[in-house]
Parts: sequence; C-alpha cells; structure tokens
Amino acid sequence: MSIVANDLSLHLSGFDLLRNIDLTIEAGKVNVLVGPNGAGKSSLLRVLTGEIKPSKGDVLINQQPLNDWSMQDRANLLAVLPQHSELNFPFTAAEVVGLGRIPHKTGFAKDQAIIAEALALVDASYLQRRLYTQMSGGEKQRVQLARVLAQIWQPSDLGEQFLVLDEPTAAFDLSHQQLTLSIVKQLADRGVGVLMVLHDLNLAARCADNLVVVNGGTIEASGTPEKVLTKELIHQVFDVQSVIAEHPVAKTPLVIT
Amino acid sequence: MGGHSEPSQIQSIIMEIRLPRLILALLVGAVLAILGAVMQGLFRNPLADPSLIGVSGGASVGASIVIVTAGGAMLSPLAGLSMVALGAFIGGVITTLVVYRVATSSLGTSVTTMLLAGIAIGAIAGAFNSLLSYFSDNQMLRQISVWQMGNLGGANWQKASLMAAVSLIIFSLLPGHAKSLNAFLLGESEARHLGIDVQRIKRQLIFLTALGVGVSVALAGLIGFVGLVIPHMVRLLIGPDHRALLPASALAGASLLLIADSIARVVVLPAELPTGILTALLGAPFFVVLLLKQRGEI
Repeated sequence: MSIVANDLSLHLSGFDLLRNIDLTIEAGKVNVLVGPNGAGKSSLLRVLTGEIKPSKGDVLINQQPLNDWSMQDRANLLAVLPQHSELNFPFTAAEVVGLGRIPHKTGFAKDQAIIAEALALVDASYLQRRLYTQMSGGEKQRVQLARVLAQIWQPSDLGEQFLVLDEPTAAFDLSHQQLTLSIVKQLADRGVGVLMVLHDLNLAARCADNLVVVNGGTIEASGTPEKVLTKELIHQVFDVQSVIAEHPVAKTPLVIT
Repeated sequence: MGGHSEPSQIQSIIMEIRLPRLILALLVGAVLAILGAVMQGLFRNPLADPSLIGVSGGASVGASIVIVTAGGAMLSPLAGLSMVALGAFIGGVITTLVVYRVATSSLGTSVTTMLLAGIAIGAIAGAFNSLLSYFSDNQMLRQISVWQMGNLGGANWQKASLMAAVSLIIFSLLPGHAKSLNAFLLGESEARHLGIDVQRIKRQLIFLTALGVGVSVALAGLIGFVGLVIPHMVRLLIGPDHRALLPASALAGASLLLIADSIARVVVLPAELPTGILTALLGAPFFVVLLLKQRGEI
C-alpha cells in the first residue's frame, strides 16, 4: 500500500507552485525529498498531507482518496511533523508526547507506557518532567518527534501507516541527526512509509530508499541515490559544481562541493 | 439589617435578594473564567480574553444605546430583564458575528484575522460609546459608567435562572473539547493531523463564548479581569492541560467573583461599590505575586 499522488498541480495567488506531479510513497520505504529553497517541497508536503487542496489531481492513501478518510482514521494512518512548532504553553515533555495519543483510545496506562518509550527512543527521557517552553531548540524538536512517533506507535487495522517529516534534523547536532535516521529506518523496516524533506544531500544519500529531487514545482529526478545523484543533476538543480565519490563504509554516494 | 427585623423579613431578604445574588455571582464568575481559558487556548495566546472577539465592546454599545434612547429603566417583554440587559446581549452577539464573518474565508476561520478584526471592531465600539456618552445628560452618563463597572446589585431569581441555564449548556459542552484545546496549542494544522475537526470545534467554541459572555455581560455588566487573569493564574499553578484547567478556572472565577461581590456589598455601607472594581483590586495583587514567584523560578 502507499500514498499516491496523481498529476498534482497547485496554483496559489497567481503562482504555479506545483506542476503535474506524479509520486508514489511506498510503505516500508524511506522516501526523501531534496531540492533548492522555493522548489515546492513544502507545498508538496502540504498537498500530500491534506492541508491544502490541489488545484488539479488527487492524493490517495492506501487506495482511498485522502478526503474520504474520516479525520480520526486519517490521524491513525498519517503523522506529520512540521518544521516549526508554534507551541508556546508550558506543557511537560510527557504531556506534549501524550498529545500524539489523542486519536487513540488505548487507555491511560498504555498511553503512559508508549509516551515513556517514545521519549526514550529519541533520547529525551531526561526531559519527561521538564517544561517545553524552557527547552533548547533541539530538545523541543526531539520531543515533537516523539509526539508523532507516539501517534503511529502501534500498527493500525486500517492499513499501512505513514510518517511525514519536514526537515526533522535541522535543529539537531550530529549524534541526534544519526539517531533520527536510524529511527526512520527502523520504522520503515516495521512497514511504515516515511516521507522526509532533507537539505543535506549526504544525509539523504545515507538513508533514502527513494530519493526525489524537486525543482521549480516539478519532479526533476527520482530513484535510488546512486542513480539520482550525478554531477550534472546537482549542477542543474542547485547550480553548484561538485564531485561525486563513494562513502568508504556505507558505499552510498558522497557529494563533495 | 439591624436587630429589629422580623424573622420573616430576614428570611425574605435572604431568599429573594441574597441567594439569587450569590448564585449569579458564582455562575458569572465561573463562566467568564472558563471562557477566558477557552479563548486563550483557541488563540494560542495567554493574554487573550473573551473581549477579544468583540463581545464586550458590542455589549457596551448595546447597553449605552438603550440607556441614551430609552432612559434604561424600562422592562423588556422578557420577565425580569431590563431593556439594558437585552441591548447588551444583542450588541455583544452582533459584534461577535461580524468579527467571525470578517475572519472566515473558504479556507476556514483565521484566528489571527479574528484577533485583528476584534481590535478593529472594538475600536469602533469604543468610538460609538464615547459618542453616546458625549450626547448623554448627567444621569445617563452615570448610568452608563456604573453599568460599565459591572454590578451584581440587580440580581433576582429570573436573572439567576437564566444564567443557570446558560451555564448548564456551557459546562456540559466544554469538557468534551478539553483534549481538542490541548491539541490547538500545537497549532491548527497539527491539531488537524491529530484527527480534530478544527473548523467545527472553533465555530462551536466561538458560539459558546458569545452566548456565555453575552448573557453574563447583559446580567452583570462589564466585569473585567476574571476572564483574562483567572485562567492565567490557574495555568501558573497547575499547568496548561485543559482537562484540569477548565474546571479549575471555573472554580477560581466563581470564588473570586463571590468574594469580590460580598466585599463590594458591605465595604461602604449603606452604599455599594460596583463589583468590577473589587475583582481587579483583589485579583491583580495576587497575580503580581504569582508573576514575581514565577520570575524567581526561571
């Protein structure tokens, strides 16, 4: 099963933000979107997650149109982590992660166990009783990551689940970037379809099963990182000269600029 | 009351004057505080209060219009309610509807636009109020300003029962929205991704606020401070989780208004102070102490 976008276009206030995009996000795979600023990555995420209606085309989750799912069912299948959070109230970390359990009726004890496990997974157990408003940027983002993980912690009867992350590693130090990638891979192994925007091409190359390059509102290239990341493409899309080497250990492409 | 009152007289004072006033104070305080908590959650802003959506400003204009044009003493067809109360309620609801319409597009209601529209409509209401005051004679002026200070003095059983009915609606519907309000604090699109029908709940909460504040203001005048500061104080004490914040705010609001009204009634005997003066005088210092304490902790 999958999230499928058919011929998506989005026009907003006179601009063509997306043009004729066909894209399949398969369950069990890590899909990474890369592209220059203003390429349409965020617009694409917003259309795929139902925040904006496309001007043309449609989005299917597990073969059913996005809007045919009830809001509750959709929340069981799809969790979304935005780039920035507006949260400005002094919840504890455990309370923030607990918000991810709103779509579920698993009961207090089970929810508490999931909250503790999710916080432990993102290396934030020590934050459990701390106030969100007093945390650093990286700590806040880890707590938010734990929240969306808690939302799809258990498999759903409704079908395969999906996790959408908009630049999840932007506020993270090196070790937490690595941690995020390993969490994302574990989820994919469990059958969750992951879609994530990344800016660092080398991080993308390390974790992507499917690398999608977005440019000017269209998909420039997609496939395995080995196939997609070429000198010519990087010059064409990012206007940067580069050398493509091979990662000595992981054997994935290494972009050197 | 003095020592010469007959027992029956005392009983009728308690039953006909004191008891409905006590009930009205408790309910108005609870409703204003719980709706303040709701507005702060909806606007994701701890400084929001029910007057932000224009309801208080509109109610003020409605009341002033009635006082200036009709002298204010007339009773409306609704038992026990003065025309001033009716004017205030209608004024409050109309302004809220205007603010809501301005902020609602095909994409839904924008709380930011609503906040700004509330300020704009509030300014218009303020100007109207000044205009009406300018054309009032001395007696009308005094009536307008006393009404704006908030007063529970005119309480009777009709008012108390009307307030009880409205409170019942509010207190039975709001707890069901506590989880949604928690999710709202994350942001609207996050709440939507958590499976919450944001637009429907927003509409319902705005409607309940217009109803609750509209009726409170109609029955007791403008009682400031309770809706803004009580939820804020309670949040400092027990945190922002609406499942606890909503009932605790209602209790704290009821207590504050009851204490304030009791003092207002006896402090300058044989006269009475408007209750709104006392809520601010009692609550604000307590709030400052809480802020100082919180400053020490951070």
